[in-house]
Amino acid sequence: MSDWTRDEMMTVAAARLLRDGCVCFVGIGLPSAACNLARLTHAPDIVLIYESGTVGTRPNVLPLSIGDGELAETAACIVPLPEVFSYLLQAGRVDVGFLGAAQVDRYGNLNSTVIGHYDTPATRLPGAGGATEIAAHARQTFVMIKATPRSLVAQLDFRTSGGFLEGRGSRARSGMRGTGPQVVITDFGTLTPAPATDELQLTALYHGVSVEEARAAVGWPLAVAGEIATIPPPTLIELETLRALHARTREAHRRPVHLPA
Amino acid sequence: MKLLPLAEAIARHVGDGACVALEGFTHLIPFAAGHEIIRQGRRGLHLVRMTPDLVYDQMIGMGCASRLTFSWGGNPGVGSLHRLRDAVERQWPAPLAIDEHTHAGMAAAYCAGAARLPFGILRGYLGTDLPAANPRIRSVECPFTGERLAAVPAINPDVTILHAQRADRRGNVAIEGIVGAQREAAFAARAVIVTVEEIVEELPPAMNGIVLPHWMVSAVAHCPGGAYPSYAQGCYARDNGFYQRWDVIARDREGFLAWMQRHVLGSRDHAGFLASLREAA
Repeated sequence: MSDWTRDEMMTVAAARLLRDGCVCFVGIGLPSAACNLARLTHAPDIVLIYESGTVGTRPNVLPLSIGDGELAETAACIVPLPEVFSYLLQAGRVDVGFLGAAQVDRYGNLNSTVIGHYDTPATRLPGAGGATEIAAHARQTFVMIKATPRSLVAQLDFRTSGGFLEGRGSRARSGMRGTGPQVVITDFGTLTPAPATDELQLTALYHGVSVEEARAAVGWPLAVAGEIATIPPPTLIELETLRALHARTREAHRRPVHLPA
Repeated sequence: MKLLPLAEAIARHVGDGACVALEGFTHLIPFAAGHEIIRQGRRGLHLVRMTPDLVYDQMIGMGCASRLTFSWGGNPGVGSLHRLRDAVERQWPAPLAIDEHTHAGMAAAYCAGAARLPFGILRGYLGTDLPAANPRIRSVECPFTGERLAAVPAINPDVTILHAQRADRRGNVAIEGIVGAQREAAFAARAVIVTVEEIVEELPPAMNGIVLPHWMVSAVAHCPGGAYPSYAQGCYARDNGFYQRWDVIARDREGFLAWMQRHVLGSRDHAGFLASLREAA
């Protein structure tokens, strides 16, 4: 196999990081695809929680929104939203939180609020939603982002969600109980925090991607680990499972909805 | 409780300048009620909703709002709410003050409002610039441990509006499926309006299901399809295609206004709105 997209590679790389049985707080888009790919391959007992309150959900097709009926119909239970954030997330019952963002900095802090100044934004983004508290309370977080010098930036326009803050142990002193972003999954490979500084460094590349390509996609001077692992390409089973999931999803979303009478 | 036509329920309970929460997290979003508020030309509303969604994009774009309390303002799975962005970035059609929170913060604020406590408390807003941007996000010290915890003022809307699958003739309301913070938003409000898919003689035994008792419901309006293009579990599905098309409809002011004129202002009620969409399909 040598014929796959970077989106597919990112999704597969993220899915492989999820262990069976873990409790995972899922976001829409690539994270939702990755979590369900894990569930359909090596992690059948993964517990997926979407912030709409659908807990232990096993969707047959990927939802467009965080609260599609598909998530409710296939959930082990549905809980009110205040419970999701207090009894599940704040209480420390979530193992992995998946986050995306418009910008990530070298300490894994995230911006999903504004580009420009908060009071006079050039671009108003959707905002925090669940992200700020997921970043604080999940035992660990995985960040997924397509890398460009405008998304992996030296300076965030706004810090929506805390990663390692200013680095060098500042997160541990902040009151945030989770361990923070343990991996940033990009479309060239993965970044992980360096032990002493907490700064993200390049530790793995996808098959066929160079360090130069990674450096060019990052808006700060990227630290590179002494040894770079190569992430194996998607297996046939991973690719077929993911593509079948996307095909089912496309078909379901194409089906016309009958307007209520 | 009074069984009322929707237009009368809105006229009676939603005045200019009111603080209004139309809740429903992706599911059961009360679109019909939002459209009726637009038809009646309300101004200066303080809109409250965790996820403004298309319903507030429409109300903001039509000039109903002067303030927005929210925690995630996007078109789910699609992208931006263009009318919300236009209001924040370019003050069109009117300036919009924003009171921005996280989901956890807003959930705590609704819970406090429902309990008639002055503020909600959470271990939240850590490591974020939000408290610097919103002076209503503060902190308190735990009197037992000394820990600093985030505090947000309680939300107590003048009126909360919900959509539900069914109510009985007395006005008891049953909600199934994803419930979001609807119950908290209802208990936090001074008045509660509920639109429903159907009105039945008697609701099935509720056990642990969610029921709003008739004595806390101000008005029930029978409004089939009232959550469309969001959905009502067991009645009709979310129209994901419509959410995708809205990205195009709402992208520019003229296209948005023409669509609202044709389908919302140009129809007498929600049945008329749905008929106009069928006609256009």
